[in-house]
Amino acid sequence: MTTDDRLQSDVAAALAQDVDANFERLVTGYKDRVFAFVLNLVADRFAAEEIAQETFVEAYRALCGYAPPRRRALSIRAWLYTIALNRVRNRARARGLGETLPLEDALATARADAREEPAARADRAESAAELRSALARLALRYRAPVVLRHIDGRPYAAIAEILDQPVGTVKANVHRGLALLRADLQTRNRHAD
Amino acid sequence: MQTELRKLRDTRAPEGFASRVMAAVGLVERYAVVESPIGAVYVAWNARGISAVMRAPSEAAFRRRFAERFGRSAERGEVPAALRRALAGGDAAEARRLKYDLRVCSEFETAVLRKALEIPCGQVRPYGWIAREIGRPKAVRAVGTALAKNPVPLLVPCHRVVRSDGTFGQYALGAPQKVTLLEAEGLDVARFAHEGRAGIRFHGSATTKIFCLPSCSDMRRAKPANVRSFNSEADARKAGYRPCKHCRPVAA
Repeated sequence: MTTDDRLQSDVAAALAQDVDANFERLVTGYKDRVFAFVLNLVADRFAAEEIAQETFVEAYRALCGYAPPRRRALSIRAWLYTIALNRVRNRARARGLGETLPLEDALATARADAREEPAARADRAESAAELRSALARLALRYRAPVVLRHIDGRPYAAIAEILDQPVGTVKANVHRGLALLRADLQTRNRHAD
Repeated sequence: MQTELRKLRDTRAPEGFASRVMAAVGLVERYAVVESPIGAVYVAWNARGISAVMRAPSEAAFRRRFAERFGRSAERGEVPAALRRALAGGDAAEARRLKYDLRVCSEFETAVLRKALEIPCGQVRPYGWIAREIGRPKAVRAVGTALAKNPVPLLVPCHRVVRSDGTFGQYALGAPQKVTLLEAEGLDVARFAHEGRAGIRFHGSATTKIFCLPSCSDMRRAKPANVRSFNSEADARKAGYRPCKHCRPVAA
């Protein structure tokens, strides 16, 4: 049994017993994962924290309405990711396709570039902020599966469940997403030189 | 690039994230020091209601005892006005309006405490009265245990439950404090003790021919000259008295 499995089964069992008494365990056990997942989707720390918090609040409300067997059977991580992803979608919709590069990261990217020698810049590995910004420019239908597969390392079956899509679609979108991401970074690097 | 992407995984949630979530869903436990007729007490509450009333020699001691008993921690907070009023005045109506978090109590214990909440300020009821009223007439001893474990004494007035022999019994916040509280609420403690020892269990009004528990407010309206004392239900009934509908002194 992996650490993840144990956490999952401990928390689910505890929640089946008593939501209020054990909700804190869910939060402490999954906050880093959920926050990282959201941050990789929105590339903005403030927005990420807000969305991650909303995710747990919504999770709490849902748990209060679930019967114990349903809480016991929850696949917690996938379930939290589903809620988080919906929040990200709703926010993007509310902002009217606001898939722009967040200012904070644009500045960080600019600063990082300014510090580096042109030679180093040519073949450097992408910085975290740059990668996140590039991800943020990717359409959500590619971004979400790429994040889940290549950052979170989720199996395709789990991603299919979270995105509510067939495994074939997920694989195609991950593949396409990676290609788009690579192309985007190459274009940027060319422009930067 | 896959390796680079992988590195984005190791991100931590910001400092204080978990406690902000807990506050947002209303699961944070707060406590404050509140004045009461028996001195300062620590009171804890959360979104479900008031969860604890405790005495402690220091704030640190309270925090430790609270965590031991309830398995969670509490943070200092601003005391809600209704709570302050209920604790200051022994206001029974106010205490009944408050919400209580009785998750630590069993079903039986909860029934005992809910019943105790019905006892008006300045009056007392025997342990057996609670047992009978909640439909468990034989569980008198268990009623005593349940009241001793009352997590919210003062507010749920377990101090108003006493022995019928004129002694006052135990109390979660200390036996002497029980008498102090009853006195502060207007009970004639000396008279109650004296009559109890003398075997008097009921008072009756010669004009209405109704008999009550000695502290029932209905008896206060009777002129002293018209008050009769009875040692048992049988005596009262023989004299032609019927039980009071407010204090319900005997089984219906």
